[in-house]
Amino acid sequence: MYINIISLILLYYLKMPLGLNTVSEEWKRIFNGGMIASVALLALEALNIPLLDYLFSALSYILAALIVYVSLRNPELHHRKGLIYAWLPIMGVLLLTDLTEFISESLYQSLEGYFGTVKVFALIWAIAMWINNTKQRKALELERRKTEEKEKEYKITEAIKEQLEIQVAERTAEIMRQKEELVVALEELKAAQEQLIHAEKMASLGELTAGIAHEIQNPLNFVNNFSEVSTELLQEMKVELREGNSEEALEIAEDVIENLGKIAHHGKRADSIVKGMLQHSRANAGQKEETDINLLADEYLRLSYHGLRAKDKAFTADFKLDLDPNLPKIEVIPQDLGRVLLNLINNAFYAAAEKKSMLTEAKTNTSTFIPTVTVTTKKLKKGIEIRVRDNGNGISEEIRSKIFQPFFTTKPTGKGTGLGLSMSYEIITKGHGGQLNLESKPGEYTEFIIILP
Amino acid sequence: MKILIVDDERDVELLFRQKFRKEVRSGSLELCFAFSGNEALELLGHENPPKVVYVFSDINMPGMTGLELLKNIKERFPQINVSMISAYGDSENFEKAMNSGAKEFFTKPIDFESLRAEIVTLISQHNSQSNG
Repeated sequence: MYINIISLILLYYLKMPLGLNTVSEEWKRIFNGGMIASVALLALEALNIPLLDYLFSALSYILAALIVYVSLRNPELHHRKGLIYAWLPIMGVLLLTDLTEFISESLYQSLEGYFGTVKVFALIWAIAMWINNTKQRKALELERRKTEEKEKEYKITEAIKEQLEIQVAERTAEIMRQKEELVVALEELKAAQEQLIHAEKMASLGELTAGIAHEIQNPLNFVNNFSEVSTELLQEMKVELREGNSEEALEIAEDVIENLGKIAHHGKRADSIVKGMLQHSRANAGQKEETDINLLADEYLRLSYHGLRAKDKAFTADFKLDLDPNLPKIEVIPQDLGRVLLNLINNAFYAAAEKKSMLTEAKTNTSTFIPTVTVTTKKLKKGIEIRVRDNGNGISEEIRSKIFQPFFTTKPTGKGTGLGLSMSYEIITKGHGGQLNLESKPGEYTEFIIILP
Repeated sequence: MKILIVDDERDVELLFRQKFRKEVRSGSLELCFAFSGNEALELLGHENPPKVVYVFSDINMPGMTGLELLKNIKERFPQINVSMISAYGDSENFEKAMNSGAKEFFTKPIDFESLRAEIVTLISQHNSQSNG
């Protein structure tokens, strides 16, 4: 009878989960079957049917043995070993007692006292083991809960991570789209810049045209005049020769030779001006070549002066060239450097003329002020220096920082593109590895200093 | 008779000397040259009264322009004739020159025949004056 109760307890616990260990549905069915069997056996034993009682008792032990055997042999049920070991002694004692009683009533009676003691010990063992198991179970339970919590947390983290990943993907897509847009915008800006640079070139060419026309007209006049006068001289020479005045004739011949030299000189002058103009307007990047900076400075100072003169009849200014005769030839892109010089010199003339017209408007005594632009070249220890100085109104401190920015201009709308100085800066620094600096005293002067290596 | 030619182009001197070679040789004409307005005024201020009777000046020069020189000469030496020579034969310059008392206005390239005619008339006037 007791053994069936133990079976019931064992089966009940076997069914229950222990910590993280659970049993499969199939095992549960088997255990349920076992429980029904033990309940049935309990009931049958309770009927106290003589003779059959022994059979039920034997069946009960067989069932208990099966439970023990199955539990210990199956790896799936190993976590219940403790339970089995707790109950095993008392089961053994019960079996021994029943067997002894079955075999010999007298032996049983003589040993009954011992059996009682052993039963008590087995029971104590069972209880001790049970308490111990309970502790273990609680520890395992705790562990299971922790693990479950961790799993929950992990799942939450996973969910957040997924969400984040989605957001990141969305943002990335957004950024990529913006990047694409920016690339397109940049391309458009580059194209616009190209066009503006071209426009600036053309604008400065326009400023040059009048100067160039004047500069070409002068040598052409000389070519025409000297060839005319040479014809006259040669006719005179013929007369002198006929009259036998060879002295006179020789003198005239010398003059004619000199004149032909002049014709060649002025022809070349016109030629170089035209070449310079072609170079200036050329769109592609020029080649660096050994250049006489003094010549270039002289040429562009004149072009600028005559250009402004031709455009504005009221324009008056003085210009000075202070050229270092020891200036070495250096490698530059002549048309680019020419563009810079033209820009700086034009600005200088503009600034000086502005001051003059300001003084005139203010009805101050203007006779003492002569707008003057001075171009100076100097050999440095390393490289050369070109200074373009005007005695205009100067540049104030606050404007000075903006002056090399593209599109910054102090000229009235339509008079300046605002690209001249920024382009000059690019040409000197990036194109030639030089420096473009500025010195100015408001009201007195402005001086741009180009340093070329 | 002495005339002064003012032009920043130095080759003008050679050209004028050759063009008026005969006149210079015969002694009826004396030429002198200045290459800027200031130089011209200095030259004129050197002699008192200046022997120069006629000035031909370019308008377009660095520093003092021909028109400024014209005004200066007319203020200081009203008896000297001044004619302008300019590459820019526009009416504005012409008006200004004439209003400031220029005698003639020549455009570049110089028509030496008309210039010679002008000078020849001058010489004959000058001669008749000095003779008279």
